[in-house]
Amino acid sequence: MTAAERVAAGAGPAAAIARRLVILVASVFVASVVVFAFMAVLPGDPAQVALGVNATPELVEQTRQQFGLDRPLVTQYLDWMGGLLTGDFGTSYVTKEPIGPQLVDRLGVTLWLVGAGMLVAVLIAVPLGIVAAVRHRKPSGVGVSAAAQLGVAVPAFLAAIILVQVFSVQLGWLPSGGWTPPAYDLGAWLKGLILPAVSLGLVQGAVLTRYVRSAVLDVQREDFLRTARAKGLRPYPALVRHGLRNAAVPVVTVLGVQLATLLVGAVVIERVFVLPGLGSMLLDSVAARDLLSVQSIVLVLVVGVLLVNFLVDVLYTVLDPRLRRS
Amino acid sequence: MSTRRSALSALVSAAVLAAPLALAGCTAGSTAMVAGGPSTLAVGFTAEPQNFDFTTTDGAAIPQALLYNVYETLVKIDSDGEITEGLAESWDVSDDRTVYDFHLRDNATFSNGEPFTASDVKFSIEQVKQDWTISLKSGMDVVDRVEVVGEHHARVVLSRPSNSWLRSMTTRIGAMFTPDGVADLANDPVGTGPYDVESRRRGDSVVLTRNPEYSRPDDPRPEPDYGTVVLKYYADATALNNALLSGGIDVISGVTAPDSVPQFEADNRFRVLQGTTNGEVVLAYNNRRAPLDDVRVRKALTYAIDRKALLQAAWGGRGKLIGSMVPPTDPWFEDLSREYPYDPERARSLLREAGHESLRLNLRIANLPYAVSSAQVIASHLKKVGVTVDIEPLDFPAVWLQQVFTDGDYDMSIVQHVEPQDITTFGDPEFYWGYDSPRVQRLLSEADTAPPREYISDMREVARTLSDDAAANWLFLFPNIVVAKNEVRGLQANQVSESFDLTGLRRQGSS
Repeated sequence: MTAAERVAAGAGPAAAIARRLVILVASVFVASVVVFAFMAVLPGDPAQVALGVNATPELVEQTRQQFGLDRPLVTQYLDWMGGLLTGDFGTSYVTKEPIGPQLVDRLGVTLWLVGAGMLVAVLIAVPLGIVAAVRHRKPSGVGVSAAAQLGVAVPAFLAAIILVQVFSVQLGWLPSGGWTPPAYDLGAWLKGLILPAVSLGLVQGAVLTRYVRSAVLDVQREDFLRTARAKGLRPYPALVRHGLRNAAVPVVTVLGVQLATLLVGAVVIERVFVLPGLGSMLLDSVAARDLLSVQSIVLVLVVGVLLVNFLVDVLYTVLDPRLRRS
Repeated sequence: MSTRRSALSALVSAAVLAAPLALAGCTAGSTAMVAGGPSTLAVGFTAEPQNFDFTTTDGAAIPQALLYNVYETLVKIDSDGEITEGLAESWDVSDDRTVYDFHLRDNATFSNGEPFTASDVKFSIEQVKQDWTISLKSGMDVVDRVEVVGEHHARVVLSRPSNSWLRSMTTRIGAMFTPDGVADLANDPVGTGPYDVESRRRGDSVVLTRNPEYSRPDDPRPEPDYGTVVLKYYADATALNNALLSGGIDVISGVTAPDSVPQFEADNRFRVLQGTTNGEVVLAYNNRRAPLDDVRVRKALTYAIDRKALLQAAWGGRGKLIGSMVPPTDPWFEDLSREYPYDPERARSLLREAGHESLRLNLRIANLPYAVSSAQVIASHLKKVGVTVDIEPLDFPAVWLQQVFTDGDYDMSIVQHVEPQDITTFGDPEFYWGYDSPRVQRLLSEADTAPPREYISDMREVARTLSDDAAANWLFLFPNIVVAKNEVRGLQANQVSESFDLTGLRRQGSS
C-alpha cells in the first residue's frame, strides 16, 4: 500500500508521511545490518590485501589489529553505527582518509550524472511519448513506438561504447572520459557530461517513452478530454491544458523507480567514462576490501533509493489534489 | 486556474529533479585542477594508488607514480638493469663487502625546503626497519647500522655480505625521506625528486608539478621538460585506449589489451615501444599436494602446454618465452624457454609412468584478462593428454590472496609476479608454490653472500634447478607496451624499476 492509497483511504496526510518516515528509518536500520553482515562474510582479508604477497602471518595479524578487524563483529557494527549517527563515517584503512568527505565528493559526481541522465530521458520521453500517443494509429506514431521498443533493448554500456567510438575517437568532438569539476571549468565539465548523460538517458528515455505514451493514451480516453475536444480545442492544446497533469501521476511513479535504475546504471557508465563517482568508488573499495567504505557507500545508495520512493509518494499528493481531499 | 496549477506542479517536479543537481554543485568542485598546455603531459595508467604511503600499503601503483619522480633513491636502476647513481654520486664497497660508503649529492633538497644530508639516509633506512609494514621491508634486515660520517657521507654496515641489498636499494625501500616530511605519508609525500604531488582527484587523477627545490642553479641535473604531469587512471583498458585516440592523454604507460596495439601501430600520430617487464606470468603447480607433488606429473603438464601457441592466443604473441623465474634484464638471465618443447606424447607417457590415466585438476586463477585467456588455452591443451581442468576465476587480489596464496588451497593457479628478483620466493618453503628444495634454498643463501661472479653463477643454477624440477610453468614474460604521441620522447621500452620514470621525458622540438 503506497502513501497515496493510504491517504485516499482516509488517514491524514501528515500521519501518512509520519508512518512512511518510520518505515524509512526501519528499512535503513535493516539495510545497515544486512550490508554489514554481507561484508563480514565476503571472502578476502583486508589486511592481507593491503600487505600483498610475501607478508608474514604475524604482520597480517598485526595489521588486522591495527584495522580493528580482530574485535567482535557486534563491537565493529556498533562502532560503525555510533559513528554514522554522529555523522562520522570513519576513516578508511585503505586510503587513510575520512570516508565522509570522500562520499560527499563522489556522490556529487554521481548525482550530476543521474540528474543529467534523467533530464535527457525526460527530454526524449515526454515529446516522443505524446506524439506516439496522439498519432498512435498513424505511421509516425507507430514508428516512435517501434524505436522506443528498440531503445529499451540496448544496454547503456553498449550505447556508451558506440557514442565514444563515434563522437570521441572518430569525430573528436567530445572527450572519451574524465571529469572536470564545474567550478573549475564549466565548458569542460559540460562537454565531459554530455556523452555519459546521453548514454544513460537514451535507454531510460526509451523506457519512459512507452510509459508516457500509455499514460497519455489512457488520458485521451477520459470524458473530460473528450469534452475539451468538443469545446473545439485541437488535440495538442487540449492535451496540454487538461491531460498532462493527469498523465503525470503514473509517469512520476515510473520516474521514481527509474531513478533507482539510473543509480545502478551509473556504476557501469562511470566505469566506461572514468568518472570519479560513487559507483567507481564502490568498485575500487570492493577490490581493495575497504569494508568500511563499501558499507557506507551501499548504505548511502540504499538510503537514496528509499528517499526517492518516499518523495515520490509525497509527490502524488501534490500532483493530484483528489488524493489530498478525500 | 488549471493552467496556473499545472505550471505550479511542473515547477515542483522540476525542483525535485533539480535538487540533487544543486546539492552536487556545492561539492563537486572542491579539487584544484591544472590547465593543459604544451608544458603539461598526461599519462594514462590502469592501477590507481589508494593512498601515497608505500611504507604500509603494498602494490605496484604507488611506487609507479612516486618513485624516482617524487621520492629518489641513493642508487637507481636503468632500463638495462644496471645500477647507476641516484642521490649518491658514487659509492665504495669494502673488501669484505659489508661496508658501503655513499657520497651524496650536496645540492639535493626536499620539497619542503629541507636539504638532503647523510642523517636523512640514516633516518630513512631505520624507518624501513622500524616502521614499515609491507613485506618488502625484509630487504633491509641485512643492514646492521647506518653511520653519519659527514654531512654528505653516509656509511651503511651490513651484518653479512649481500648482493641483493644494493639492488633492493633501487626499489621503494631505498626511498629517501626527511624526518619533517613523514607526518602524513598517505596524503602528503615529501621527497627530493623533480616532481611534487600538487593535487589528486580520487578515481580520476594525480597531478604532479615541478618541485621548485629541485635542480638549483648549481645542480648539473636538468629541470624536467614538462612542468606539470597529470597521471590519469583508467580502470578499463578500452577507456584508456580511447583516451589516447581522442586526445585526452599523451601516453599510455602500459597497454593491457594487446589486441588494440595494431591500431596504434597503423596510426602515424603515435609511437609504440615494446620491451620487457619483471612480470612473469606463472602457472603455479601446488608442489605440496598430490598429484602435483610428483615431479613426473609437473613435467608432464609442462610438456603438454604449447607456450608459443598460448602466448599467441592469449596475448597476441606479445611477450617473451622465458622458461624460468628470470626476466632478461636480470644479470643471471639464461634462455631456458626451450627446455620443455611441446610434446603431448611425452606428457602422456610421463603421466602413465606416474600412474595417472586421467586426471582432474582445478585451476584457480586471478580474474584478470591475461590469466583468463591463458587458462582457456591451458585447459584445451591439457585435455588432449587426458587432464580435465576446472577453471575457477577468483576475485583478485582479495579472494585469490585468501584462497590460493594464504590457504594454499589449489592445484594450479595463474598470476603475474611483478616484483624484481622474485625468484627468491622459491627459497621459501612456506610460499604458496609449496616448493621445498634444500638445494635451491642453500644456493640462494650462498649466492647472496658470495662474491659477485659466484653470485651470478649461483643464481643461474637456481633458475636451472627450478626448470629441471618443473617447480612451476613460466608461461611468458609480460610485455611492456608503451604508446605515446610522436612528440613525447625519452620513454623507456623496458620496465625494470618499480617506477614509471618521468625524469627523462621531453617534448620533441624543445631543447
